[in-house]
Amino acid sequence: MSELLRVEGLTAGYGAAPVLHEVDLSVPAGTIAAVLGANGAGKTTLLRTLSGLVRPSAGRVLLDGRPLTGVPVEKLVHLGMAHVPEGRGVVAELTVEENLRLGGLWRRDRADANKALAEVYELFEPLAKRRRSAGHQLSGGERQMLALGRALVARPRLLLLDEPSLGLAPKVTAQIMALLKQLRDRTGLTVLLVEQNVRSALSVADTGVVLALGRVVAATGADRLRDDEELRHAYLGF
Amino acid sequence: MDRFVFLTFDGLSKGAVLAAFALALVLIWRAARIVNFAQGAMAVAAAYAAYTVTTATGSYWLGLLAALVGGLLLGALVERAVMRFVDHRSPLAEVIVALGLVLVVQAALGMVYGNEFRAAAAPFSRTALEVGGVPLLSRYDLFVFGAVLLVLLGLALLFTRTGVGLRMRAAAFAPEVSRLLGVNVGGMLTLGWALASAVGALAAMLVLPTELGLHPHAMDLVFVSAFTAAVVGGLDSPPGAVVGGLSVGLILSYVSGYLGSDVTPMAVLALLLVVLLVRPGGLFAATVARQA
Ligand SMILES: Nc1ncnc2c1ncn2[C@@H]1O[C@H](COP(=O)(O)OP(=O)(O)OP(=O)(O)O)[C@@H](O)[C@H]1O
Ligand SMILES: [Mg+2]
Repeated sequence: MSELLRVEGLTAGYGAAPVLHEVDLSVPAGTIAAVLGANGAGKTTLLRTLSGLVRPSAGRVLLDGRPLTGVPVEKLVHLGMAHVPEGRGVVAELTVEENLRLGGLWRRDRADANKALAEVYELFEPLAKRRRSAGHQLSGGERQMLALGRALVARPRLLLLDEPSLGLAPKVTAQIMALLKQLRDRTGLTVLLVEQNVRSALSVADTGVVLALGRVVAATGADRLRDDEELRHAYLGF
Repeated sequence: MDRFVFLTFDGLSKGAVLAAFALALVLIWRAARIVNFAQGAMAVAAAYAAYTVTTATGSYWLGLLAALVGGLLLGALVERAVMRFVDHRSPLAEVIVALGLVLVVQAALGMVYGNEFRAAAAPFSRTALEVGGVPLLSRYDLFVFGAVLLVLLGLALLFTRTGVGLRMRAAAFAPEVSRLLGVNVGGMLTLGWALASAVGALAAMLVLPTELGLHPHAMDLVFVSAFTAAVVGGLDSPPGAVVGGLSVGLILSYVSGYLGSDVTPMAVLALLLVVLLVRPGGLFAATVARQA
């Protein structure tokens, strides 16, 4: 399997002291990688550094072998990277339809952008019923659908998801995990999935990466993290 | 009664221009959360560009075009070269920089064109057409209404019907998320400033022929009225700017009609004071809401 995302010696933070320390990562194309770790471990910082919102002080990120150093944030979506930020980032003042359209505005292929939009409405029926509702009128679950759908309108190759299960009922979380699996199997989507909900993340992930205090302390197959009690105890605390 | 009718129509046509100018303030407020206190000086600069072109070519319309294009460019330049580098966490810094810009622009205009009034041409007759013996509206007033209406419609279409408009709104509401979705947020900000400045230039072109003419300080008082109008309208809403503009225009027309035009400048300031007192923090209320 070819490698889609590669991270080498990534060190990054917000002030003088770095939050991430020399993080290495490799995510093969068409797989789901779970990024796990306690609160404050640096998971969000990792995703934000991957998409250029935080500038690394050392190391680099390669997408499909191409270094992303110096690529502006707004160009990454052109390279196939989509980032659903922590808290989802639904634009509260815009309608559901406008939020979704925004996800595909950069695309030259207008016909396919419209097709992708229609597919999102098929995938998330509650959104189709609320096209004209403003973002702030949606429930938490609907917002998550909107954020995810908006990322999918871009037809990304790599999807960065920051805690999609946050505040959602277990049933909705399970649906989202099932959807990720389905997208991986059908379209070859690659996902970097940050989750607090370790069990549900590992239920769909192919590989797992555990962060502690900004360092990678374990990177292995998801099944090992799931089944190896010692590993689980040591790093995931259950 | 005739006088009242006359003053009402006069106020509405004054108000239409104020509405356009207030709209320019609202555009920048929406894009950047800044009250552009340099809007008046920038608009005068664009009007001087029109004056130069009209003097050289003899055509009002080429001059108008020059003012609009000049306004666009000046707005983009001010954002790129100045405002981009101001610390946006401090509203005071932005106000001070804008006021500094006013001084620089006005001094530069004074140096190039001199500090005397120059006639501003009107493309249509300003003689009011009489209806039943009461002078109501001139052809020029109709031109002003038409132009402001066109701008309103154009902006409404831009923001609700086009991809660029959607990008501009998204960039203003949620800059970071917009970048993740491929929106060039910096570019949208520049575009917002350019558009606002062009609308401001148009407002100056419309109002100057009805005032004393062209002068580096010609828009000072108009700016205060338009600012009042924008605050009345809530700063955030284009329809609010229009309602605010028309209201302020009417009030000023009645004041100058019944109390004398000497009182008008004071009335404008008094009105602004009242609005700011009645809507305490109304100016920055939206900022607070957004940060929450
Ligand atoms: N904007 C910021 N400025 C300064 N420090 C920050 C900022 N954001 C996060 N940090 C710090 O960086 C560290 C890692 O934060 P991060 O948000 O990446 O953790 P996380 O693993 O996503 O946690 P959570 O599970 O709670 O979302 C924390 O110590 C946090 O205090
Ligand atoms: Mg986080």
